[in-house]
Amino acid sequence: MKTWIAGAAMALMTLGTTASADGHGDFPERPIMMMVSYGAGGATDFQARIVTMTAGNEDALGMPVAIINKPGAGGRVGWNWFSSQAESDGYTLGAYNVPHFIAQSIEGGVDYSTDSFEPIANWGADPAVFVVAADSDFNSMADVVDYAKANPGGLTFSGAGLFVGHHIAALQLEKAAGVKLAYIPSNKGGAGAMKSVIAGEVLGGVNNLSDAFRAREAGNVKILGVFDLERNAFMEDVPTMQEQGFDIDNASVNFRGVMVPAGTPQGVIDHLAAVVPTMFENSRVQGKMSAGGSPMHVMNREEVLEMWAARQTTLEELLAGL
Amino acid sequence: MGDVFTPFNFMLLLIGTIGGLILGATPGLSPTMAVALLIPFTFRLEAAQGLILLGAAYTSTVAGGAVSAILLKIPGAPANIATTLDGHTMAQKGQGAKALQLSFLASAVGGVFGVLLLIFLTPVLAKWALAFGPSHLFWLAILGVTVIGSLDSSSLVKGLLSGCIGLWLATIGFDDIMGAQRFIFHPAVGGGINVIPALIGLFAIPQVITMFAKGRSSSGAEVIVVQKSPIKAAIQEVFSRKRALAIGTAVGSVIGLIPGVGGQIAGLVAYDQSKKFSPESEKFGTGHSEGVIAAEAANNAMVGPSLVPLLTLSIPGSPTAAVLLGGLLIHGIFPGSDLFDNHPDVAWTFINSMLIGQILMCIFGLYVAGLAASVARVPHSVMAAVVLGLAVFGSYSVQNSMGDVYVMASLGVGMYFLERFGFSAAPLVLGLILGPIAEANFIQGSMIANATSSVGSYFFTGPLNLTLIIIVVASIAYSAWMEVRNRRYTSKEEIMQ
Repeated sequence: MKTWIAGAAMALMTLGTTASADGHGDFPERPIMMMVSYGAGGATDFQARIVTMTAGNEDALGMPVAIINKPGAGGRVGWNWFSSQAESDGYTLGAYNVPHFIAQSIEGGVDYSTDSFEPIANWGADPAVFVVAADSDFNSMADVVDYAKANPGGLTFSGAGLFVGHHIAALQLEKAAGVKLAYIPSNKGGAGAMKSVIAGEVLGGVNNLSDAFRAREAGNVKILGVFDLERNAFMEDVPTMQEQGFDIDNASVNFRGVMVPAGTPQGVIDHLAAVVPTMFENSRVQGKMSAGGSPMHVMNREEVLEMWAARQTTLEELLAGL
Repeated sequence: MGDVFTPFNFMLLLIGTIGGLILGATPGLSPTMAVALLIPFTFRLEAAQGLILLGAAYTSTVAGGAVSAILLKIPGAPANIATTLDGHTMAQKGQGAKALQLSFLASAVGGVFGVLLLIFLTPVLAKWALAFGPSHLFWLAILGVTVIGSLDSSSLVKGLLSGCIGLWLATIGFDDIMGAQRFIFHPAVGGGINVIPALIGLFAIPQVITMFAKGRSSSGAEVIVVQKSPIKAAIQEVFSRKRALAIGTAVGSVIGLIPGVGGQIAGLVAYDQSKKFSPESEKFGTGHSEGVIAAEAANNAMVGPSLVPLLTLSIPGSPTAAVLLGGLLIHGIFPGSDLFDNHPDVAWTFINSMLIGQILMCIFGLYVAGLAASVARVPHSVMAAVVLGLAVFGSYSVQNSMGDVYVMASLGVGMYFLERFGFSAAPLVLGLILGPIAEANFIQGSMIANATSSVGSYFFTGPLNLTLIIIVVASIAYSAWMEVRNRRYTSKEEIMQ
């Protein structure tokens, strides 16, 4: 307990000193803020708090990172703010969710695109899965698709919103199986979408692997397939969509990581890009993440830049048909 | 019993309770924020110890919100809106100490009952929480809107108009489902109007302006005599108002359970119902103790049941429950139906910390009530400055944004003029809170209905839909009848003036 009191005292002391904004030699000189565009308690918020908890250590950034939530409209509110109003001095970080922000920028009506942000590092990859209630008659994706073929447009299934990973997965499923489905977006994120599956308001749902894992542990759902290229270590028994005969890749996998606004000094970006991935590799961080059932996938800045570009191409093709 | 009574754990419980009361009493720090702020401190504690801190803080922040609602007329969170209606009027009459004591006692009664429900009826309650689909939540939001008639005692029409302004304000920003932008005329409202800064602005700013105005005209000579209030008398008062206490507790625990909606409107619905069932209904809004008791019993009764979906189904039913879920996950504890089998020590310690936290919170609250109520003695000029400072601080701290401060200030100044024309803040805030709930559930419901049956049968059939519709109709009819009756009585006097 003494350590955190000391940490808080140090944080207060540094708040009092004025920092020089331009020179990045001593960056960071004061606590850093990280914007999360989803509400407190959501999966992104929860993971962001864990992966940044060691930021204050001397071998990491040496300054604590405070999380600020700007939720609303599937993340659009936060990312709009981040691209247009956040200071590009390195003291304002943002959490990104891919494919969400890229799909939204392709769809239009927002102020950002991949050019508005500079990635720093990726911490997690949460694939989407297809879930049905524990007492559902569906036992495989084939059952789901057969029902959809018999009732065109009548298979209701939930997801966290429009133009987020779950929606992308839903579009991929429609395309690969050649059926029309009724995707019902939730305004309460993955938790709201999961509730409507368990309560029987909809026949199935696309949800985060981590949340579905917990719901299955609690005996509430069956997981019929993973929207990824390989099976996941958290659930080796669940087959991928490709194994079940649907040509679906990993475009819907929810990648979470850290970015800064475009225009941030290159020196600051380089420093963050060198330090932040090591922060994610910290054993305490890894322990807390796996305890919470959150799959980690650390990528450095170059790998994220490639991943963003690849997603941009895939999503443009997929969304062109809408 | 869990391990609540080891010295270190009991100390955590005390810190959680007292800290929670202080955080809850600070405008802008809602229970969700307060719990989120405490999560990092639990990283270094054992799972059960962390939950003691969080459980105690959750219960006492909800009750702490009543302090600023009563003394400053700033509801700490949507749950405390109903408390301002009679609580602040009591404080203005010098009965602030009594209002605080009643609110803490009612909170403890409601809160303990809610936690007992959580302990004994969890499986039944879990089914009830899941029974509410989009169509039912839509009707529930509409039911919330009909409460407007009770909130504004002066005129039903002006109450409804205020509600409509609130509904319009709620449409500003991105819509939650389609992502369309509506009425964004300034970057400060790009994310829509955040409820907490709106609450602070609408309730606090008109008061601040009035206080500054009074300060100049009467040189602050108007001194409120703060009446002493013996604790014994307050206890007797609470238990003699059995109707309000029972309605508040029942409404709070039943509605509080419904994911997403409950916590926001439990206090207001309880206030409305106890007004409708009270033989002294005309006294509501004039500093009547039943109003405070019903509202506060309801918002604390909600605490226990609101955790049912989280603890049994692993689905957080409210933002605070979502934050608590994070606190559990970080220790590798997955809530679910087998939580009580797999981690009985943790589960019971958590529940007991809420139970004992309620009682500690009540004892502590009763002792400081007299002291706290003396803020009414502070001269208007000083008070106005303090409230203004708190309002700015509170709205800024929600998401570290000056935009929220501008929103708070503009809504507040607007509300000052609206109040001069007989409109009031409570129905407006109700519209702001319920608008998005009604809209999102209507869209979701109609999407499901279009894919399966028809919109008409989805929204108008089924026992739960019909029950809610009947209550809505009865509620509107009752308000209309009251309005007509009051007109008949008052019109003569109005003509005489």
